[in-house]
Amino acid sequence: MSNWERFLETFFRPDLIEKYWPDILSGVYVTIQLAILVVITGVLGGLLLAILRSYRIKPLNFILIAFVDIMRSLPPLVLILLFYFGLPSAGLLLPSLVVLWLVLSLVLASFTEEIFWAGILSVRKGQWEASRSTGLSFTQTLIYVVIPQAVRMTIAPLTNRTIAITKNTALGTVIGVPEILTQATTAQSFSGSATPLMMGGIAYILLFVPIVILGRWIETRFAWGRT
Amino acid sequence: MESLIENFFNLKIMSEAFPLLLRGLGMTLLLCLAVIPLGLMGGLGVALMARTKITPLRWLVIGLIDFFRAVPPLVLLIFIYSGLPFAGIHLSPFVTVCVGFLLNNSAYYAEIYRAGIESIGAGQMEAARSTGLSSTQAMIHIILPQATRNVLPDLLGNTVEVVKMTSIASVVALQELLYSADMARSISYNPSPIVLAAGMYLIILWPSVRLLSRLEHRVGQ
Repeated sequence: MSNWERFLETFFRPDLIEKYWPDILSGVYVTIQLAILVVITGVLGGLLLAILRSYRIKPLNFILIAFVDIMRSLPPLVLILLFYFGLPSAGLLLPSLVVLWLVLSLVLASFTEEIFWAGILSVRKGQWEASRSTGLSFTQTLIYVVIPQAVRMTIAPLTNRTIAITKNTALGTVIGVPEILTQATTAQSFSGSATPLMMGGIAYILLFVPIVILGRWIETRFAWGRT
Repeated sequence: MESLIENFFNLKIMSEAFPLLLRGLGMTLLLCLAVIPLGLMGGLGVALMARTKITPLRWLVIGLIDFFRAVPPLVLLIFIYSGLPFAGIHLSPFVTVCVGFLLNNSAYYAEIYRAGIESIGAGQMEAARSTGLSSTQAMIHIILPQATRNVLPDLLGNTVEVVKMTSIASVVALQELLYSADMARSISYNPSPIVLAAGMYLIILWPSVRLLSRLEHRVGQ
């Protein structure tokens, strides 16, 4: 057997591809659903936190900043294990999928809060003053004048961070969330072949390469501060 | 409340697990000492290669950067650790992590260096060349120092992410901090060791995270 044939036999065995592709595909569905949910709750959560922060209520902001700092300092995998093994002891039994969604949403919300906050700070003071003097309240100014400008300025860093967190769905394999990597490693240990692992890898590439390229385009289109 | 303390801040279990976690922390730091310089150097090399005038080579390098930015690092590690042995390539957990991180981090650092180099006006290179420096000399002495300074916050930000990412090495059985904490958890049936590990990560990383926030807010203004 030539090297090339041995390579194909190891990583691309046709019978195994046929046998396991439904499993990998079900993993793809789980990954996509999870990623979409995390992006929605994470980005909206971050926006909400940034809005809360702009009211500058001292004790509230102290807690908020501490929370956001902790979520940004701890590795997501540590948080996942902490929630997964910790919450049941606190009397809260959540399925692994929910734990993963919760942790990734909290982490993404913390990063997006920082990004939105930087955006809100960078809106010029004159914008605030002008809109307040037209009779808009603080909250109205924030929502109709400041946030739209802040969001436009932060699109590039926001996209990059969101892509990075979405890729963390693969960490779910550690607590048994049936996403792509879990399906691939399970199939690998059943079949004793590296083919399912290669299939999983290809699934990730097909899923994320377009997103990375999209992110690159958005980065040049909406570089920091360029509106 | 008592059961909360019992389960999350159990001092007895924490003190028993402490020596194990300390050894894990040592491995985490050793890992950082290996993968951060590797990533920084790899990234710089890749960024310079991505500037080549040979178009097919440039496309190849940019393609590889996007490829390794698209693959989740954990997938890469598991592929190297349990996929490559089928092809006769056996690597120890430490080497596995170094190789996986080199591939992933080089792509990320390269993008940062590239942005830094692009932020320096063409006039700098022209002026340096006109004083008689070769293009290599101009790159090393004129362009790179300025480029690096411009992207220092991004380099720091990515390095924080790399340190956090070393925790996934636990999945390929490298006995770093999270691996040790999870081992202590499964022996004691108590999540306190993971809380202790989280505290250690926080001590290492929180100052940099705070510093980054300050730098970021300044950029916006």
